[in-house]
Amino acid sequence: MHDLVAITALGGSEPRIDTVGTVTCSEVPGVALASVAARLDQEKKAAKALTKLTGSPAPGVGRFDGAPVAAFWTGPDQWIAEAPFESHEDLAEQAKAALGDTASVSEQTDAWTRFDLGGAQVLAVLELLCPLDTRKMTYGDAARTSIHHLGCFVLCRSPEAYSLYGPRSSAGSLHHAIVTAMRSAL
Amino acid sequence: MIIQHPLLGPRDSSEFVYLGDASLIDRPDWQAENAAEAFYDYAYLRANPAGEHRELWFHEGGDRSWLVVTRNTVTHEISKVELARDVARAQGRSK
Repeated sequence: MHDLVAITALGGSEPRIDTVGTVTCSEVPGVALASVAARLDQEKKAAKALTKLTGSPAPGVGRFDGAPVAAFWTGPDQWIAEAPFESHEDLAEQAKAALGDTASVSEQTDAWTRFDLGGAQVLAVLELLCPLDTRKMTYGDAARTSIHHLGCFVLCRSPEAYSLYGPRSSAGSLHHAIVTAMRSAL
Repeated sequence: MIIQHPLLGPRDSSEFVYLGDASLIDRPDWQAENAAEAFYDYAYLRANPAGEHRELWFHEGGDRSWLVVTRNTVTHEISKVELARDVARAQGRSK
């Protein structure tokens, strides 16, 4: 029998944690993700059905909402659902069950990697990383942007805590960009 | 250059990719009598105005929406930004 060991997106057996000054960047491997795209003419029904999954109204433009399953807005009539992997490994199936024929659902768990940035001076780091006006972001804001030429999502959990989702296949490059920005800014 | 995204507000143009003339939305009917001529026109012929120009931009580093941007090619002033799907729907296309 195979004896396979799970590794994180950066290739370690434990999630990588880097601290520079007051800001900490932590790799967060334990997240299940599924994308939800409403089908033509089903946009309103899909938004309603998404509520069944997250327990909160479907997030509007540039927002996220819901717990333990949250959804964040990724484009017109499109969202990504996120939940703890431990309890929601089959998130895509749960999303499909909730949304039925109103939306197309695709499994995204291992397509993305997440880094959480936290600390008093986190905004100084984000300013270097992306063109978003992160100082105007408040709790519940979610936006897609380019970080180091990678399409990434930026979620504001609090004024001092942000989550970044980037392509898992470029996890090393994204991590390098974040840590370099931390060293430059702090 | 800043593009005033109709949903997301002001965003840096570095997040966008430029495609070309907005007339690319109007793909000719391939079954029409003059289809060959219409496709030749559609694929190769472009007006090159010094002044107001409607063009397609893709928000690649953002919400991935297609926009129709009205831009003055002389001053780079952007006078109007619409979602391409709204433009197509206003023409009775799609839904």
